[in-house]
Order: sequence, then structure tokens, then C-alpha cells
Amino acid sequence: MDELIKVREILQFTLGGSVLEITYMIASILFIIGLKMLSHPDTARRGNIWAAVGMALAIISTIVFHQQDGEHIGNIGWILGAIALGTIIGTLIAKRVQMTAMPQLVSFFNGMGGGAAALISLMEFPHISQALITRHGLLNGQVLVILLGLMIGSVSFAGSMIAYGKLDGKIGDIRSGVLRIVNIALLVLLLGFIVYIMSLGQVEPSNVMYLVYILFAVSLIYGVSFVMPIGGADMPVVISLLNSFTGVAAAMGGFLYDNQVMLTGGILVGSAGTILTVLMCKAMNRSLTNVIIGAFGGGASGEADQDGHIKQIGVPDAAVLLNYSPRVLIIPGYGLAVAQAQMLCHELDKLLERNGVDVKYAIHPVAGRMPGHMNVLLAEADIPYDKLLESEEANQQMEDVDVAIVIGANDVVNPAAEDDPSSPIAGMPILQAYKARNIIVMKRGMGKGYAGIENNLFFDEKTNMLFGNAKESLQQVVNEIKNM
Amino acid sequence: MESILEFIYVHREMIFIVILSVFLGIEIISNVPSVLHTPLMSGANAIHGVVVIGAIIVMGHAETTLAMIFGFIAVVLGTLNVVGGFVVTDRMLGMFRNKQKRRS
Repeated sequence: MDELIKVREILQFTLGGSVLEITYMIASILFIIGLKMLSHPDTARRGNIWAAVGMALAIISTIVFHQQDGEHIGNIGWILGAIALGTIIGTLIAKRVQMTAMPQLVSFFNGMGGGAAALISLMEFPHISQALITRHGLLNGQVLVILLGLMIGSVSFAGSMIAYGKLDGKIGDIRSGVLRIVNIALLVLLLGFIVYIMSLGQVEPSNVMYLVYILFAVSLIYGVSFVMPIGGADMPVVISLLNSFTGVAAAMGGFLYDNQVMLTGGILVGSAGTILTVLMCKAMNRSLTNVIIGAFGGGASGEADQDGHIKQIGVPDAAVLLNYSPRVLIIPGYGLAVAQAQMLCHELDKLLERNGVDVKYAIHPVAGRMPGHMNVLLAEADIPYDKLLESEEANQQMEDVDVAIVIGANDVVNPAAEDDPSSPIAGMPILQAYKARNIIVMKRGMGKGYAGIENNLFFDEKTNMLFGNAKESLQQVVNEIKNM
Repeated sequence: MESILEFIYVHREMIFIVILSVFLGIEIISNVPSVLHTPLMSGANAIHGVVVIGAIIVMGHAETTLAMIFGFIAVVLGTLNVVGGFVVTDRMLGMFRNKQKRRS
């Protein structure tokens, strides 16, 4: 430890603080390049590594070179200890988690960042520069930045934790109109409170600390009630939105410390996250305000006519149908992932191909619980990339498909999105499975999909239902085909 | 009002960075295929973990025990965000790459 401090003093003397600024610059560039590479399939992995290198550079040079009022970073032992602890826990969680749990995990890590941002603001409030206070009172940019960082960080933290709990099935939805009004009131209250604190004039910051703690608490409550009524298919949008919130909170820290790398990193994520949020909304044909204000799926609509009959199909029949069809299209949904049936799906696919069946997969952009989630899950099962069709391509070929086999998907094949304007998912682009010559739906039971609405596809006369756990059903079908 | 103007003046370079970064972020992400939405979200998630630098600064200049404790928690949380984010993104993308290699 002492040696590190000595080395630091020597480096500081010879190189000066400019090294810090230069490494920050390099780190910022690496973030930009990393993000750019992350948006192309071929370079994505390297992009991620470049961004990580940038981060490591920024962290190390902060510890070594950062000075505040001529003072170096102290408590180095504790800092390194905290970093080691975070690294170990983070790596363990990241390595062990199931790919199906990815949305929860992103949400969880996001909350951690938000929490860190909130704690920073909490600690920095009493240290607001005295010169600023004597000149302007609390009405200055530093206070604004700290309070905004606190509010956004806390909302992001609490919101992400709730989103994590919901996706993990630990917390249910609360859908009530009252909460909507409460939310708007809370938001107005929060912003008003910030204005109030800033208008206090020349007071000692430590004397109004209790107000800051109240702001912290109310922000946490708002974070909870903000995410609480949002449910179902809108969850990924919320995670993406909270992701950009944390970015903005980090950027506030950048302003506070005049720290360029925090600023660029934060704002980049803030703006990229917002665009990603908008893209996701587009994929579901919903507006962002609609997602935030209008709770999903709670309406009286979606009470589909249930007079249609459900036709069931046995495993042997399903196997025959599949084996003797020239073209089969697999439409996987989250149910497939939950049942951990990706591998079996691939086995079925290989078996059918060997028997001369053309097998393709149709991937809806929001299949799974996050856009692109299904691609990750199928990649995990080694299913070749070129067998995956995007929605539009799949829909163009749908009429030539002999059997569309829907495994654990529901809302993404619901024709109500196209023909029932009152449906909560009206207008969402779907996979037009109903156009296929035959449809097999593998499902656990007649339960509703994530959006909580009835699906008329199941009552279609071309549809055959194969009830049961996706994994078991697939296994039985695979065995049946093997024995043929 | 005057104080806000002063803040803008003092931080004018930072504000420039903000404006340019906003457009840069939008530009970078606009053409991303939906396949990569999940890894990209997760990667971006790791990048905002840069907030850990702020936590290190807080802790590095902490004088009271309370500041030490909060700083310690903040550094742990920030590191979790950074390390967990990058590792999990790498894991996801690794699955894509293995398969592409085998195909070629």
C-alpha cells in the first residue's frame, strides 16, 4: 500500500494531472467505439471488451491521479477492497445466471448504478462550495446537479429493483387508476421540492440535510410506484428507460466533478438508451407515454368470443404431421425458454431436417422478455443463425408454410392485434401464424399470455392444441419421430 | 437566474460535450438490428457504471465514518454494475460468436 502511494507521488510529480485528463479522453473514445461496435453482430464482442478496457483505464487513473483541492484519493485500501468485493459478486452473478433471467439481471445491475449515483449525491450535498453559497445561496448549478442526480438515481434504483422483482415473479402488478394520479402528484411534488430546497437562500447545507433525505425517500417511493402499475409486455421498455435514467444520473456526477468521462459515458448511455426505448416501443407499436401512463392489459377489452371450439392433438398425430410436411416454421416464445426447451427444439429441428423437412424459425422482435432475447436463447442452443427469420420475412413466406408450430408464444401470434382495434395490443406487428396451412400450439394450458388477453388463434379451425410443458411435449414428439 | 447563467458559463465546455454526446448516442444506436438489442442494452448498462468513479472520489475524500460507509456501499454497487454488466454482455455475445466460427 505504501509503495503504491509512493509510486503515485512520483508519477504525479513527473507527469502531472494531465495524465488523468488524457486517460479520460482515451476512455471516452473507447466507450464510443465500443458502443459503435456493439451495434454490429460481427464486432459486438470486441466492442464490449474495448468499452471494458476504457472503464478499467478510467478507474485506475482516477485512483492514481485524481486530486481534489490538492489532495489525493485517500482510503485506498478500503476502495480497493470495495472494488474487489463488487468484482467478485458481480462476476459470480453474471457467470451463473440463466440466459432466461437476462432481463432481470440487466435490471438488477442497472439499479446498482442508480443506487451508487444517489449515494454520491447524498454525500456531496454537505460539501457544496462555500463560495457559491455566499454568492448565490442554494440557487446554484451545483445544488441543481446534486439534487437531480439524487432524484434520478434513486428513482432508477427503486424502479429497477421493482422491475427485477416483477420479472423474477417475486412481485405482482398493481393496476389501478389511483396509482396513476398518485404518480403524477409525486412527480410534481419531487420537482417542486427541488425548487423549494434551492430557494432557501444562504443556509449552511448541512443544516438542510434532512430535506435532502426527505427528497431521497420520496424519490425512492416514486421509483416504486412508477414501475408498479406497468406490467406485461411493457416491462422491457421500462428497463430500457431506467437504463437511460441511470445514464443521466451518472452524467450529473460528471457535472459535479467536472469529470469528462463520467459525463460522456453517462450521456451516451442516456441518449442511446432513450433511442433504444423508442425503438422497442415501435416494435410493439406503442408510444412511450402510453407505456408510462396507460397500464397495460387491464382494460375490459380482450374478452374474445369464446364460442369457438378448441381442437386438441395427440403427440403421435403431431409427430406425423410434422414429419410429413415439406415446410415447418417454429415460432418460439418465452414459454420455450422458461421450460429450458431450446436444446430439444434444436434436436427436433435436426431430426426433421434429416427426414427432408425444411425447418425455419420465426423470431418476433419482442419474443422473450426483451427485444432480441429470443435470439440470445436460441444462440445458446447452437441453432444456426441463418435459420432464424425476422418477422417480415417470415410473414411473407407464411402462406407456404405447412405447419407453424407455436411453442410457448402467445401475444406475438395473436390476430387480435390486427383485427380487434379495442385490444390492448392492437396495432402491434405480429407473426401471422394464422396464415399457415396448419398450426400446432404447444402450451401449458389455456392460460392467458403475458399481456393478459385472450388469443383467437387458439380457436381457429386450423389450430391444434398440444397441451403440456413445452419440454416434455417436445421430448415426446422427438421420441415419436425417432421411432417412425 | 444569474447563478444559473453563471453555471452554464462555467460549464460551457461540458454542455458542449453533452449536446454532442446526445447526437452521437442517437447516431450510434439508430441502425442496430433487433438481434442485438439485448446485448446492447446490457453493454450500455455496464458503461453507465462509470458512476463508480464518482463513488471512488467520494470515498477517497471521506472524512466521517458515515461518508466512509456510504462511499464503500457506492463503490461496491458501482463495481457490481460495471463488472457484472461487462461479463454478462460478453457471455451473451460469446454464444453468437462461437456459432459463427463453426459455420465458416
